[in-house]
Amino acid sequence: MWSILLSSNMQWVLVSTMVLGVAAGAVGCLSYFRRQNLMSDSLAHAALPGVVLAFLVIGEKNMLVLIIGAAISALIGAFFIQLISTSSRISEDSSMGMILSIFYGFGIMLLTIANRSAGGNKSGLDNFIFGQAAAMVKTDVITMNILALVIIFALFIAFKEWKLYLFDPDFAQGIGLSSRGMNIFYTVLLVATIVVGIQAVGVILIAALMIIPAVSARYWAHSFSGMIILSALFGGLSGALGTFVSALGSGWPTGPFIVIAAAVVFIVSLLFGKEKGLLIRYIQFKKTQQHVQKRHLLVPATQEGDAE
Amino acid sequence: MEPFALEVEDLSASYRKNTVLHDINVKVRTGSLVGIIGPNGAGKSTFLKTILELHPALTGKVRFFGKPLKEVKKRIGYVPQRGSVDWDFPTDALDVVTMGLYGKIGLFKRPGRKDVEKAMEALRKVGMEAYAKRQISQLSGGQQQRVFLARALVQEADMYFMDEPLAGVDAATEKAIMTILEELKQAGKTVLVVHHDLQTVEDYFDHVLFLNKTIIAYGKTADTFTEKNIVKAYGGKIFWTKGEEARVVHSPF
Repeated sequence: MWSILLSSNMQWVLVSTMVLGVAAGAVGCLSYFRRQNLMSDSLAHAALPGVVLAFLVIGEKNMLVLIIGAAISALIGAFFIQLISTSSRISEDSSMGMILSIFYGFGIMLLTIANRSAGGNKSGLDNFIFGQAAAMVKTDVITMNILALVIIFALFIAFKEWKLYLFDPDFAQGIGLSSRGMNIFYTVLLVATIVVGIQAVGVILIAALMIIPAVSARYWAHSFSGMIILSALFGGLSGALGTFVSALGSGWPTGPFIVIAAAVVFIVSLLFGKEKGLLIRYIQFKKTQQHVQKRHLLVPATQEGDAE
Repeated sequence: MEPFALEVEDLSASYRKNTVLHDINVKVRTGSLVGIIGPNGAGKSTFLKTILELHPALTGKVRFFGKPLKEVKKRIGYVPQRGSVDWDFPTDALDVVTMGLYGKIGLFKRPGRKDVEKAMEALRKVGMEAYAKRQISQLSGGQQQRVFLARALVQEADMYFMDEPLAGVDAATEKAIMTILEELKQAGKTVLVVHHDLQTVEDYFDHVLFLNKTIIAYGKTADTFTEKNIVKAYGGKIFWTKGEEARVVHSPF
């Protein structure tokens, strides 16, 4: 089974899903603190019509063009979510749910049309739904890696600005950090991460790679930087592991395996995490309980009454 | 220094269709310690947020030290309500205080050792140096408020806006915070504080601003903090005691 690691294409694919996982894990922390976990899911689904339309327009599967199409479509989705939740009484999560399903439905409709067109059925567009990392060719891999590294860099240089904006947006604005600017920066980063990952992981499950590592990292980290680094690490690990397993069978989709890998990391964190992990909480509770019981035994009953 | 730290002309603001503030006109002298009081929903927080451009103004002009906000942002410190942030955020007290320096440090640069020392000094001032490395989620309400105050102090602003810094804190913290506000005033800074406890107004503030959708009264506490103004601002449904004497304001309804 290790022989697949020897193929150079596979090595490249592994590296790129790992870099993607790192980017998605890190950017996922931003959504986590904005309490907008569903946002990445909505935008990922909203990217699908863009992919198919871009394919229909140029008539071939050029990774960069499809990514641009996906990005435009996802940004339109983001714009609508913003518009609906600010200008009507519909709440943000309802508008996300609407945009998610409407855009995805529209995307599937277009996909059916594309698959019926000449050459469409061989286009591999279906791979964008569940992801097919092994189907990526060298140029796809290079495009994906460069974009993912740009995302990681963008997060890294404005690190302290991100922290302030996420912790206390009013205060951030008070000292001259534009909330509107940061909001746009955040949305662009989110969309960029999603579109970079959709071919490898697929529109349905890319959100998991942004949500689960961040949630897992919360069980270990006690600083913002620690949380981002750990989340990136978990994301990278899940990406590489999921890709590797999915490559063992022919035609196995990548997305589901990546999500399962991320879920395993989450379960371990939930149980053993040192910040509020279930085990550590249980141990702390028992320790305190013993401590209190011991003290009770030592204090004579009369004195206890006096202390009241 | 300019005679007026804050000048507001014809300010109004709304949430959706409800006008929450209208016809606000006020001039605050540099070096005043002002208590902003009024009933719930009177628009006190909105007033602060609107003059600081955190909430859009419908009309009006606001000047700080004779200049628009954009030019004097670094001279202004804002302490939001404690409940406005997520205290479960993974960070420690020292780090939150350091955030007060981000404006001075500048974009994309990291805080250095001097900045951390400054933040530590501010924590010492509010009596929280022992909690510097404590996770903010593990601080009590009063301690969180002190951390917020320390963050404002490191800004070394000339004017401070504080939204209910004394809400839900114990007596010791209240005293510590008021001592610091008094020191700021002695240092010639202007401080505006949203306040909710009528009984302490006379002890704490040299100026008082009664607000209820618009300015009911503004002036020196000695002249302005009168029963008449309180009734006007609170609509007459108020009862409070001070010292031995109990005063009751009867509802006109």
